[in-house]
Amino acid sequence: MSAPVPPILRVEHLTMRFGGLVAVHDLSFIAERGAITALIGPNGAGKTTVFNCITGFYKPSEGRIALQFGAEHLWNELDALTQSGKRGRVRRDGALYLLERMPDYLVSQRARVARTFQNIRLFPGMTVLENLIVAQHKTLMRASGWSVLGALGTRSYRNAEHAAIEKARYWLEQTGLTERADDPASQLPYGGQQRLEIARAMCTDPALLCLDEPAAGLNPSESAALSDFLRAIRRDHDVSMLLIEHDMSVVMEISDHVIVLDHGIKIADGTCEQVRNDPKVIAAYLGVEDEEVRAVEAEVGI
Amino acid sequence: MPDEAAARPNLLRALRETAVTALLAFGLFLPLIGFNTVQNIRNELVLETRWPLLFTFVAILAGLRFLYLVVVAPLMAERARAPSRPAALATLPTTLPSWTMPAVIGFILVYPLLAMLIAGPGAGKWIDNFGIQILIYVLLGWGLNIVVGLAGLLDLGYVAFYAIGAYTCALLGKQFDLSFWMLLPLAGILAAFWGVLLGFPVLRLRGDYLAVVTLAFGEIIRLVLINWKDVTQGSAGIGGLPRPTFFGLPFNASPDGFAARLGLEFSPLHRPLFLYYVVLAVVVLTAIVIGRLRRLPVGRAWEALREDEIACRSLGINTTNAKLAAFASGAFFGGLAGALFTARQGFISPESVNFSESALILAIVVLGGMGSTVGVAIAAVVIIGGTELLRELGFLKQIFGAEFDPAQYRMLLFGFAMVLIIAWKPRGFIGMREPSLVLKRRQVIDATLREEHG
Repeated sequence: MSAPVPPILRVEHLTMRFGGLVAVHDLSFIAERGAITALIGPNGAGKTTVFNCITGFYKPSEGRIALQFGAEHLWNELDALTQSGKRGRVRRDGALYLLERMPDYLVSQRARVARTFQNIRLFPGMTVLENLIVAQHKTLMRASGWSVLGALGTRSYRNAEHAAIEKARYWLEQTGLTERADDPASQLPYGGQQRLEIARAMCTDPALLCLDEPAAGLNPSESAALSDFLRAIRRDHDVSMLLIEHDMSVVMEISDHVIVLDHGIKIADGTCEQVRNDPKVIAAYLGVEDEEVRAVEAEVGI
Repeated sequence: MPDEAAARPNLLRALRETAVTALLAFGLFLPLIGFNTVQNIRNELVLETRWPLLFTFVAILAGLRFLYLVVVAPLMAERARAPSRPAALATLPTTLPSWTMPAVIGFILVYPLLAMLIAGPGAGKWIDNFGIQILIYVLLGWGLNIVVGLAGLLDLGYVAFYAIGAYTCALLGKQFDLSFWMLLPLAGILAAFWGVLLGFPVLRLRGDYLAVVTLAFGEIIRLVLINWKDVTQGSAGIGGLPRPTFFGLPFNASPDGFAARLGLEFSPLHRPLFLYYVVLAVVVLTAIVIGRLRRLPVGRAWEALREDEIACRSLGINTTNAKLAAFASGAFFGGLAGALFTARQGFISPESVNFSESALILAIVVLGGMGSTVGVAIAAVVIIGGTELLRELGFLKQIFGAEFDPAQYRMLLFGFAMVLIIAWKPRGFIGMREPSLVLKRRQVIDATLREEHG
């Protein structure tokens, strides 16, 4: 990709093995800053594995996953950082991190990568509002002086808590959940839970938002509403998105860039239009004609 | 009325079922109660029959069954038919009148004085066994509630921290002659330190596995206390521990004692009275701290951890630190309780810190409602107060004859009560969770909405 837009995320030669199974093989791609990058592919293609590697839930067998926000020139320090053996470089004007070296919670806390889950993972017994407040843990923890000042009830902590509630209130409005703020999260309808999970991820103030099948289980009109919601987030916030999705209407409508995986290998990479017409992608999704299989078999001599 | 027509066959059915129950009970109790083996004077075993006792049991059971069928069952059917409000979204209980809380606080404040007024010189038992003991268990319940109720980490060895607090007091007090007021915070801090030490190896564990490891930790501490005789004096225990003083004035009959200096007549009640208020102050302080913690990010992180650990990590919460903080704060309050225990007893031995104590404290937390501060306090009063009250059942001798020793039935009755309470309220006395903050309308959340994630 020779795009003029600088990348936010650079995945290089990512391989993930589980015992003898290679879930992802030598995958390299770039997610552009401020763009929505979609990761698609048939079931079992290794999309969620890639997500788990990026967000630190899995430690990749091989490869480098670099994330950078703030000033672009930090990308020039990538090789030096890799050599140094450290996790990341933080400058006054930005930061560069090697995600494969970080534990999951630091990927979110320092490298500002937020994610949602394929099977929604809210805090079901806590209220909608509390879900959004827990997501602001880092800010509040600092404001509470690691609980000491907060336990004393200082004004600075109360102000921070007030600001956190205001932020939650903003996201409640964005998701249309204001009326249900004090209901337990598990009481929301499915679509509401999905929007809440996205809003909760946004409350961590991410530079990169990873969405794992946000449109799963939604009907066409809900899918359309989700597309609008995601576009609004990108318009109003300085955030890039990485999206796993099966619903092609959503993918084709909002993605700037699509990467297609099949059996852990990247088979296509380009704009929606390019990917849509790629014969390899069509073959992966729809299978190939019998004659073609026979032709290949004859070629290799089975 | 159609109900009257239905009532007659119901009565017949009830009688029939009662007869069946009586028959079953007879068959079951005939070998259990009907016969008794006695050794006669020649050392021979003789079989005796106990018909009256057997028939008493059968009659009681049949009577209960009949009562259930005729009175309780229709009532329950009636309640089941009545439209029930959605359980999950019950608004805060408004059934309690507004003066309940001040009344309860007032009662707790004047309780020892009331006991002295009513029981006179015999009030010591009421202040000590009921008042102070219950308050210590409230403290223990709250400490464990942080670990089990809030953070969702099942801890079966909590009594270890109680032991560490108590032995810290005993050993440091004897060795360095420190005053109780120095020892109290030290006991808490040392217990918290051990809480972190226990926390490290078990961080990866959850649920049953965590329970087994903490159980082992509790046993290790107890066995070390028994076997490290040079330091702990083994099962003999350590006595003559420093008792709390009133700003340096000891509670004894000496001319330098509290009573003499203040020009009061010496009374053995002064010490428990003073200790009651000391423990009460610690309990109140604990309630305030725990209330604050729940509204802090660390407290919310604990609850989020209980709900879904993976989601926590995806939001940048360091679950390791959150768990260690939970273990440390839980252990801290356990240590305080241990120190207060030595102040009450003046003696500590490994006997006081065996597994049944851990189970008892866990029972208090579960019965109270996991996570509920008020619920745990109520459960401590019910369980500890209940078991203590069962010591006072001397009057039952008048009913069951002089041979009957109610003390022997204590644990049996206690078990029955536990089963009944759990059947009646499966989520504990207060199975509702109050949100830590509210946007518009305050409502409690039914505990059934929580899901367990492995």
